[in-house]
Amino acid sequence: MKELSLNILDIVENSVKAGASLTEILINEDDENLTIVIKDNGCGMTDEVVKGVIDPFYTTRKTRSVGLGIPLLKLAAEQTGGYITISSDTAEESPLSHGTTVKASFNKSHIDFTPLGDVISTVKTLIQGHPDRDFLYIHELKSGRIELDTRDMREVLEDVPLNSIEVISWVGENLEEQYREINT
Amino acid sequence: MKSLAELKAIKDRMKDKVVLREGSNDVRVVVGMATCGIAAGARPVLNACVEEVNKSGLTDKVTVTQTGCIGLCQYEPIVEVYEAGKEKVTYVKMTAEKVKTVVEKHLKGGNVVTEFTVANQN
Repeated sequence: MKELSLNILDIVENSVKAGASLTEILINEDDENLTIVIKDNGCGMTDEVVKGVIDPFYTTRKTRSVGLGIPLLKLAAEQTGGYITISSDTAEESPLSHGTTVKASFNKSHIDFTPLGDVISTVKTLIQGHPDRDFLYIHELKSGRIELDTRDMREVLEDVPLNSIEVISWVGENLEEQYREINT
Repeated sequence: MKSLAELKAIKDRMKDKVVLREGSNDVRVVVGMATCGIAAGARPVLNACVEEVNKSGLTDKVTVTQTGCIGLCQYEPIVEVYEAGKEKVTYVKMTAEKVKTVVEKHLKGGNVVTEFTVANQN
């Protein structure tokens, strides 16, 4: 993966497949570290499956469908001296608060740090592909905070689908403006 | 500022159109967005599909959607075109530039761009 925003897209696609109605993408950044948290309310995973998604070679045929998404994120984090953690509760373990949280931490000054890249494009792609799901995007930087919540959008749009081209363009322009504002 | 008020204006503009559009989309463009596709560059390909379809005024006829791994990871990014009553067309190793050609010649013109299809790979 050339950009961390592509890893984010990949991991959130898993949240969507896990049936999450809401997936939160939280990015926190200071001079030294960048932390990405992806938190969903999907079906969750048992401890055994969590182990499986971290190490691709642990995977048995039964869990093979989990693939390379998490190992690639882990590689991107660890090659900067960072780490990832995964916590997950299945609906059986925790009927009211099931879901998965993936956290990845990166050392920004490391030579092998992958840039965050076009994260706006990732948010647009997610909404375009999954207009029936909700996403909360928050990027906290030293200079300010970027936030987009599809639940607010849905309230305004009512029965107009979130993946209408005008709406997707609005998402892009809204985020671009927010980023411009904190950079000036 | 691109505010929620502006979103409201979009909603008011769109309300009537939505009703008209329902059920008339008879072509589906599907982009593979699993790890393999994303790593190979599916995100810009998908965005190009959405933009080009819109630019060509085909939004009433064509829907762009995403799917998981299609099973031909070495040929990603893959774009499939489903058209009612016709055989599925699978375009492989796509780029935003190739998408322009496909939208122009295939979706608009009705001619499959055979040089980009999976059948044409060796």
